[in-house]
Amino acid sequence: MAVESGKMMITGNYAAAYGAKLARPEVIPIYPITPQTSTVEKIVEFIDRGELFARFVPVESEHSALTIAISAQAVGARTFTASSSQGVAYMHENLFVASGLRLPLVISIVNRGLAMPISILPDQGDSLGGRDAGWIQYYAANAQEVLDFIIRAYKVGEDRRVLLPSAVCFEGFLISHFTEAVEIPRQEDVDAFLPEYHPNHVILDPSRPMHIGILVNEHYYTEYRYQQKVGMDSTFQVLDEVTREFQDIWGRGVGPIETYFADDAELLLVTMGALSGPAKIAVRQLREDGIRAGLVRLTLFRPFPGKMLAEVTGKAEVCIVLDRNVSIGSTGILYGEVTTALANQEKPKAFFNYILGLGGRDVEPVDLKRTILNTYRCYTEGKEQEPVSWVGVRGL
Amino acid sequence: MKEEHTQPLFDKGNLWCPGCPLGLIWRKILEVTGPMAMASIGSTCSGMSAVLHPSPVNIPTIHIGMPGPAAAMAGISAALEILRKKGKRRADEKITVFTMAGDGGTADIGMAALSGAAERNDDGIYICFDNEAYMNTGIQRSSLTPRYSWTTTTISGKPQFKKNLAMIMAAHGIPYVATATVGYMADLTKKLKKARDLGSGFKFIHLLGPCPVGWRFPTNMTLEISRLAVETGIWPLYEIEGGALRITTDIKHRKHVREYMRPQKRFSHLDDETINQIDRFIAERGSLDLQICTPQPFSADDGERRQRQVDSD
Repeated sequence: MAVESGKMMITGNYAAAYGAKLARPEVIPIYPITPQTSTVEKIVEFIDRGELFARFVPVESEHSALTIAISAQAVGARTFTASSSQGVAYMHENLFVASGLRLPLVISIVNRGLAMPISILPDQGDSLGGRDAGWIQYYAANAQEVLDFIIRAYKVGEDRRVLLPSAVCFEGFLISHFTEAVEIPRQEDVDAFLPEYHPNHVILDPSRPMHIGILVNEHYYTEYRYQQKVGMDSTFQVLDEVTREFQDIWGRGVGPIETYFADDAELLLVTMGALSGPAKIAVRQLREDGIRAGLVRLTLFRPFPGKMLAEVTGKAEVCIVLDRNVSIGSTGILYGEVTTALANQEKPKAFFNYILGLGGRDVEPVDLKRTILNTYRCYTEGKEQEPVSWVGVRGL
Repeated sequence: MKEEHTQPLFDKGNLWCPGCPLGLIWRKILEVTGPMAMASIGSTCSGMSAVLHPSPVNIPTIHIGMPGPAAAMAGISAALEILRKKGKRRADEKITVFTMAGDGGTADIGMAALSGAAERNDDGIYICFDNEAYMNTGIQRSSLTPRYSWTTTTISGKPQFKKNLAMIMAAHGIPYVATATVGYMADLTKKLKKARDLGSGFKFIHLLGPCPVGWRFPTNMTLEISRLAVETGIWPLYEIEGGALRITTDIKHRKHVREYMRPQKRFSHLDDETINQIDRFIAERGSLDLQICTPQPFSADDGERRQRQVDSD
């Protein structure tokens, strides 16, 4: 049964702040960075007005933000932090610490290009740079999803089967600063959905002394890593349960994969985040031209939902992965994951990768459609073409 | 039923090198804190070796990498504070939160986190165990390595001065700053107790710990070297509380620094004249703001002048 809730016009960053507030974090260390800053400002406002009972720590760096979040979480406090770009890079070593210690804290990451050159506009390379750190990674496509994923991220991460930290990622400005109508759940409903954090596995408490963060030898390291993998694998099941419960209460909540005209698609686009906006328009326009196009949007990148992806792509002939990120010297990062996950499938037969929208470069649906048409025609005509292309590079 | 408390807080067996003072120090700290304590530790001799399994230290600790100890301490006390306010922990419980970190983790890579926690006056006792180089990785220089000292990365002696860390911390205006060393255990104990009982806020203890391996002296001389550091004026023992500095161990008849430096092979390349120069400095300046060969400039000119003096004397 859906519960009534208030609708507000807020930005993605405010949605992150509201999501965090509803989850009742107890220690919140955040360092400001564009374009995340309005999240930290809103949270301080919540605390100042007495709407959120938490200890804000105005840290001197992102490195300390995550250190404080980790140690506070180890004492048994639920924690939240937020960052972007260089800030995420500065946290990097601690990403592994949080995951290795199995501490289910939550961060919102506003995707922004990494210097140099300096850009304050989106590129998913910052959060994707942490893809091997053992964090659950969600990619939202609008402000509502930002809020919803933050609440779900705590419940999934804190589940005894998972016990891993989570990042809720969304593109700078396109989502962080765009004002949308967002349903704000009622606090009592969230309280019923998300119980208090009472950890048992890792806890700093004088009544049962425990050394946290120790040195291990070759007899233990592999087992530590394997258990992280087991926790990560359990995320699919737990996220599914949590999402169903979420849907029952609030009547919404996208799962790891959203499909759009994908059922009968012979040409399938795959992407994550806000690129799905222009991609959906391009799909509709391609359909108008008689091409059976479709879209698969991933909201979950870690763990990578390869099996689910295989189920929805198995009938397509051609798959084009749209990446607002790139691993220089290789391909778009999502493309690498998609092709690996679908390597043993009979279909799709061909994979292409577009690198586009980097550093906030606008992706016009009409241009995107034209590029897709070109790729598709070349493919159907049997012409050879490079699998990876940088779209819209000036001077090419 | 509290089985864990029947265990000694500091148990038998540890991994420190022969002659290392860390066993004595940990035992003393735990004696002062009792079982109601938690520590954040650095990636150091003083921290990591204390919690390698099986560990002699029977209080909860957390280790979050090299630059982390000050921020980790801040996180622990922030969490305790809010959990008490929320009724998730007993409001009247008293837990001593402290950090045990090394000179490199404190004054080099952890400096920003340290300064940040001090500026916010986050609660806890930060103990910098200073053995004057990266000893855990095999004797590489840090910013707290004294001038002239040999290390594996300052083969012909360190050209730079040692940071005057205690004074840097005092400049943050924190409630308590003290220097200490293992050879003056009663002094250290008093300071630990004072820091423990001062109430919430950032307390800093700069603890000199002679290292037989890195300083190259016989393992039976650790306490003697520690005492000589004080007796020669190289390591003045003082505390700064409420902005007021007080010498806690007054040295009436200061010994020549030769007595401190000559037993240490890390200074063996120095000739008598250089050692005399160092001694003259300490004599002229008084020992208060000096920490081994460290005339700390009050102004750029002053510093330059003194630097020239060191070089030409």
